Amino acid sequence: MNPTRADICAVAIAETFRGDGERLCNPIGTTPLIGGRLAKASFEPDLVLTDGTASFSAVAFPVGADPEEARLVEAWNPYPQMFTCLWNGKRHVMMGATQVDQYGNQNIACIGEWSQPKAQLLGFRGAPGNTINHTTSYWVPNHSPKSVVERVSVVTGVGWDRAAQLGEAASRFHEIRRVVTNLCVIDFETPDHRARLRSVHPGVTPDEARAATGFELVLEPDTETTRLPTADELELLDRLDPGGLRHREVPEPS
Amino acid sequence: MPDKRMTISEIVAEISDGMTVAIGGWGSRRKPMAVIRALVRSGRKDLTIVSYGGPDVGLLCRAGVASKVVSGFVSLDSIPLEPHYRAARQQGTIEAWEYDEGMLMLALMAGTWRVPFLPTRAGLGSDVPEVMGHLSTVTSPYDGPDGAPEELLAVPALNPDVALIHMHRADQGGNGQFLNEDLYMDDWMAQAADRCFMTCEQLVETEDFASHGTFHTQRISRLMTSGVCETPGGAHFTECPPDYGRDEAFQAEYAATAKDPDAWDAFRAKYLDVDEAEYQTAANPGSPS
Repeated sequence: MNPTRADICAVAIAETFRGDGERLCNPIGTTPLIGGRLAKASFEPDLVLTDGTASFSAVAFPVGADPEEARLVEAWNPYPQMFTCLWNGKRHVMMGATQVDQYGNQNIACIGEWSQPKAQLLGFRGAPGNTINHTTSYWVPNHSPKSVVERVSVVTGVGWDRAAQLGEAASRFHEIRRVVTNLCVIDFETPDHRARLRSVHPGVTPDEARAATGFELVLEPDTETTRLPTADELELLDRLDPGGLRHREVPEPS
Repeated sequence: MPDKRMTISEIVAEISDGMTVAIGGWGSRRKPMAVIRALVRSGRKDLTIVSYGGPDVGLLCRAGVASKVVSGFVSLDSIPLEPHYRAARQQGTIEAWEYDEGMLMLALMAGTWRVPFLPTRAGLGSDVPEVMGHLSTVTSPYDGPDGAPEELLAVPALNPDVALIHMHRADQGGNGQFLNEDLYMDDWMAQAADRCFMTCEQLVETEDFASHGTFHTQRISRLMTSGVCETPGGAHFTECPPDYGRDEAFQAEYAATAKDPDAWDAFRAKYLDVDEAEYQTAANPGSPS
């Protein structure tokens, strides 16, 4: 069976957690949850997973399953302890982003003037504390010049340029690792941490990724292609997402 | 042990215009909705609400009770954006302090511990200090890892006049027991506030707490509370497991009123301009889940 774009995105998300070892893997959103649990169920077995409520689960269970039925509780982690855990640094979160910019600044708060926004969104949620305390990646299922922008209208999650301005002491735990989108994978592994096109998903050209981006992506001479899932990974994906929710979030390109 | 039992009306009578009121729970989870409904009926004005917000914040904004909201977020969980809060923000009818979720916890801890602020890295580099001009940084008196003192965000203490929380079980002395998976910040809200009024699903004898859960679940002590009131279904339509889950159909009906003033008027007449007993009959809360 040929892997779909959604399968490829899920594996690219799993790859963002590679090397994390014994850390809290905390993806937020449908495809991130599937990708994070795939990492745990395959190449990063020491990852700690949240069950979406107040516990850590020792097993990766399918998205959409009732956590109380499907989880194996390895520790209790209610919200007050969650803030302690994340400010303590042993966490890698993947959040969504209404807007993400060329240094990895994120906006999920609002569009327009703060005092009376044109569109009120989620608010700051945990983004400021996350980004300044531990590794953060982003998931953008609708890559376009409106979502991957030159400058975000409100900085909720702190990007590399803002962190650099703060100085070494304040920014020493900051890392924006990747942005995975429906078209490509972006990282910040450049001298000034500007966004670089790390790989394009199979079927996407570097020019298409550039055209969908609201700023100039740093390009390598030969852009890599995002890797395909292995046969084992495809099997795991079907186990972790039996309802195929990932295909609804990332439809197959026509 | 004192007897702190009160009625919902007596609790609302303790809240006057202009006060700051902290509300326990989280999103659309274990909110003291019976008191919120009574507050809407009371016509109180200019309240500052402190909350990990859900329909409590939405209702108080829509009804014109709240003029300022200090929140970590405002969400209905299954409906990510609280529609009435969103409308109030977009119409500019309320002042909003939207803290990072953890910052709000620190503000309540500082209030509880009677210190003026607590330092944190959370917020640095983000637009939190830009859009909320009352926030300042503080320089550490100690050398940092590179020899220079660190600059941190100083989260100012919050000391609400009143906190409102909803527990599963309580005794008449004002001890409370939570039986779901998370206490949220209810204990910090109770202690940061001058007075805390607690509603509960069921009043029990102190010796009966042990039959409902381990002593680890007895997290609200009577040192934290000034009054207690039994309000079965008092968290409806938010979730209050194991006693009952969220009433999603009712929540959807509530959310739809944000788009239609007539629907709001009808909702208000049917569910809010009635007393709690009539509400419970009209809403017919779901059976225990």
